[in-house]
Amino acid sequence: MRKNILLIGVGGQGTILTSKILTAGLVELGFDVKMSEIHGMSQRGGSVTTQIRYGEKIYSPNIGEGEADIIVAFERSEALRGLPFLKQGGTIIVNEREIYPLPVMTGAIAYPDNIIENLQKTVGNVLFLEADRIATELGNIRAQNIVLLGALVAFLSLDGID
Amino acid sequence: MKIEIMTGNEAIARGAYEASCHLASAYPGTPSTEILENIAAHYADDINSRWASNEKTALEIAAGASIGGMRALAVMKHVGVNVAADPMFTMGMTGVEGGLVIVSADDPACHSSQNEQDNRLYAPHAKLAMVEASDSQECKDYIKAAFEISEMFDVPVLFRMTTRVCHAKSLVQLSDRQEVAVRKYEGKPPKYSMLPVNARVRHAKREELLAELEEYACTSPLNRIEWGKSKKIGIVTSGISYQYARDVFGDEASYLKLGLTHPLPSKLIRAFCQDVETVYVIEENEPYLETKVRALGFSCIGKDKLPLLGELSTSIVRKALTDRPDPVVYESEIAAPPRPPVLCAGCPHRGYFNALRKRKRDIVAVGDIGCYALGINEPFVGFDISLCMGAGFTVPIGLAEALKKQGDPRKVFGMLGDSTFFHSGMTGLVDVVHSNANVVLCILDNDITAMTGHQANPGTAVSLTGEPARVISIEAIVRASGIDDDRLRIVDPIDQAAMDDAIDAGIKAEGPFVIITRYPCALIKEVARTFVGKYCVIDQDKCTRCKSCLRIACPAIALKDGVIRIVDRQACTACGLCMQVCKFGAISKVGE
Repeated sequence: MRKNILLIGVGGQGTILTSKILTAGLVELGFDVKMSEIHGMSQRGGSVTTQIRYGEKIYSPNIGEGEADIIVAFERSEALRGLPFLKQGGTIIVNEREIYPLPVMTGAIAYPDNIIENLQKTVGNVLFLEADRIATELGNIRAQNIVLLGALVAFLSLDGID
Repeated sequence: MKIEIMTGNEAIARGAYEASCHLASAYPGTPSTEILENIAAHYADDINSRWASNEKTALEIAAGASIGGMRALAVMKHVGVNVAADPMFTMGMTGVEGGLVIVSADDPACHSSQNEQDNRLYAPHAKLAMVEASDSQECKDYIKAAFEISEMFDVPVLFRMTTRVCHAKSLVQLSDRQEVAVRKYEGKPPKYSMLPVNARVRHAKREELLAELEEYACTSPLNRIEWGKSKKIGIVTSGISYQYARDVFGDEASYLKLGLTHPLPSKLIRAFCQDVETVYVIEENEPYLETKVRALGFSCIGKDKLPLLGELSTSIVRKALTDRPDPVVYESEIAAPPRPPVLCAGCPHRGYFNALRKRKRDIVAVGDIGCYALGINEPFVGFDISLCMGAGFTVPIGLAEALKKQGDPRKVFGMLGDSTFFHSGMTGLVDVVHSNANVVLCILDNDITAMTGHQANPGTAVSLTGEPARVISIEAIVRASGIDDDRLRIVDPIDQAAMDDAIDAGIKAEGPFVIITRYPCALIKEVARTFVGKYCVIDQDKCTRCKSCLRIACPAIALKDGVIRIVDRQACTACGLCMQVCKFGAISKVGE
């Protein structure tokens, strides 16, 4: 058994922290785990991707196109960027939050307005979450990433993870 | 002992600790930076660690420690090895006392670098031993092996990593530190004073030792054959490429997995290649292993099928070397909007580039390596050229001569940051002043090495390990180089009137002129704390939607549904640059 998980978001959203928490849990469960991330521009508003692979024995730390069992998009349009990585029949969890990239903010290009419909049409298994609303209801808007982690773990059907 | 999940960089730090490394020095550079940060954070009691002002000084500090009897580590990114090449090549001749390991963190595909270069080629050129790891466990174990090899064969070891090995996490079995004493220093002038008479002797000795090391490499546990179910395909590989090969071929192929990759083990390679039907060589960038395999007389499949450029991946290897189909990919009708990295809200460089843009017709600008490289993007397009660390101050000298010769009246501006100034901008300043070059040098001082994630530099008041450090004054160096006060401006780059005035004075000046912009990086924790609760607001009654404020490309300001707002109050630092570009007085500060 091997599982590939891809997390994609915008610098500052906590994708890397979320990956670290998940990875620590998977190690405790006794899996071989590899996690890959590219640093550098993450604090400067760029797109951030982390990839986690676990199973009995893992070689490459990276996930290729069409190979991710589950994608968690921390931002709505980032789901589009992550989509090519999704395996046929895989699940994509999308935080509905919009974070405008600079070309959108300056009016140079438009932010796509039909992402949800488009994803529903393209992918069978898609879950939309208002992680910011849920986090606010739970008492801290900054816990959005933990809400997304919760949804992800539910889909992984892992037993014994705290 | 404990198993932990670590990045390659964390594992290198751990390995240095376990191997009883005594001193480590580095200049920060992605993807290598976290190695020294981890040594300082976790092993400061056992390893003397420090940032050096550049990679050459970092290696020379480590060289001194090694000659003095310590186990020493020097760490840098691939282009840093170019800077350190001078001492590295000569240390290849002298050899070492305490083990000396040089970590080269290469960046295939240029994730965050100005070029793509395969530093494996340095090992034969500089006559060093070379070790390559393919995951974090090997990073830790092989660092220990590298110190031993260095001492056994009296040679510095080039420890070659790549971005994916540095930044990927995998499981590591920890061990205890094995205490190794500092060797007693005994002066050996013939070995370490590289005058021609000694250098010739050392070269002969090096060739002898390399021959012995090659014998060792044939039986070293770092080089291993993994027989699969079949000998039809035999794969020669090293580093991260091994992982991709394994993913594609599994147990169906056999592997010669190389970890000690200079000198390459001829006998072992020959034995493996003779025993398999078809040889595949799987490696990123240059055909380093392939050239050796071919030189030994074996035909192989390698760069004829695999790309020379960029990184490999499981899918690239699968596509190139098998006829298995690619996985089916979901395609969406709409594309994700591009999300380029941008200067942060409150970044001082925005003020500098905004002022520079206003005088664009009169200026040709040369950039350098740092956050300010983002000034190349729209809407600023702040410079025409950026080459390497320090070139922001020296390229202008020659460029100004070229423009003068063709009657182009524009003034050449060079720019670099505070850390880059200490790295290799200081010598450029000296060249400018001494040759009376007609150029303007701008030092963008944000009080930190920002791009790599806030490392200390000679201009900051603390060291890598958090100790108080003597601050080297940039303006004192500038003045001591012969720049008088009438040729020097120290300005707040957010203050556009002062910035405009300084740039105009620079354009008008005959001969060298220096502008120091001084304003801290908005991401420095102590600085960010002072912004809490402060932000700008736009009075919608006064706003004419002229979009002037959007043209400073601040990620806190956005046009949404026809209205311009400060959309991210948390990110806004109330720096006030947008207030200065608004002609209608529509923007004001809150929270002051």
